Amino acid sequence: MPHDHPGHSHQGLSPSGHPYRPDDDHPLTYWQTMEIAIRELLVEKGETTAEEIARQIDAMDARSPANGARVVARAWTDPDYRARLLENANAAAHEIGIDIGPLNLIALENTADVHNVVVCTLCSCYPRDLLGLPPDWYKSRAYRSRVVREPRAVLHELGVDTPADLRLRVHDSTAHLRYVVIPRRPPGTDHLSEDRLAQIVTRDSMIGTGLPRAPE
Amino acid sequence: MTARVRVRAMMPPGHVRTPAYLRGKAGTVERALGAFGNPEEVAYGGKGGKRDLYRVRFTMAEVWGAGAENPTDTVDAEIFAHWLEPAKD
Repeated sequence: MPHDHPGHSHQGLSPSGHPYRPDDDHPLTYWQTMEIAIRELLVEKGETTAEEIARQIDAMDARSPANGARVVARAWTDPDYRARLLENANAAAHEIGIDIGPLNLIALENTADVHNVVVCTLCSCYPRDLLGLPPDWYKSRAYRSRVVREPRAVLHELGVDTPADLRLRVHDSTAHLRYVVIPRRPPGTDHLSEDRLAQIVTRDSMIGTGLPRAPE
Repeated sequence: MTARVRVRAMMPPGHVRTPAYLRGKAGTVERALGAFGNPEEVAYGGKGGKRDLYRVRFTMAEVWGAGAENPTDTVDAEIFAHWLEPAKD
């Protein structure tokens, strides 16, 4: 709630120029009530514990695009691994110690002729177990509706130009599968170690809306 | 399952994982994914009998007609078998 302190107010803009986020002073929604009821019942019946739930939230928050970047860097440096990744992405992730849980993963390889980009037009399906939480724009109606209708225009706005002779493949995660894009390895990276290569693999390059960082 | 398929142009209510923009459109089966619980039943507490799921590839020309941004670009989506019928063309 708005209140006064000596020296500053929580109304208007913060010292860094951003609006303050309003407090959530409203009644619980139907689904919030449902979530609390089910969670408390599960705890009460001994199916799970509050600590276990907190640990699981921690584990999900700890997942980051760094896991996907390791997979990509290995695929760039080991052609046999790349082949196994394209054949069975779940097994390939597991092989280098990344547990992606029950996720059904497909790896999509960008080449000189094909560029892949991933969306979930129905909601926000995303390979969270591999890449962590999706960016907010991935869940926006604008991205979800436009990238299947005018993917080249969307990619251009995001700084990725797609020449006319490059075939664009959009992948709509509509049901049980999740997708990770294997971006093209940038030129001038032959001298980089696998660890250094992983550092130039960006989250967006694994969605297909960006490219790996240029090596320093 | 034939390689050329058409998405059934139905509009049932419920938790349907077939996007409306692909209904009635014809495409090619890119790969079979195996059988998964039918979300149209699972979402309502049903057991969700396993249904075969396919990745189907559509050209932008098929989906968006003359207004396609680039007709030969494609969109792939996962479609359950009960939403697919053989394409007659």
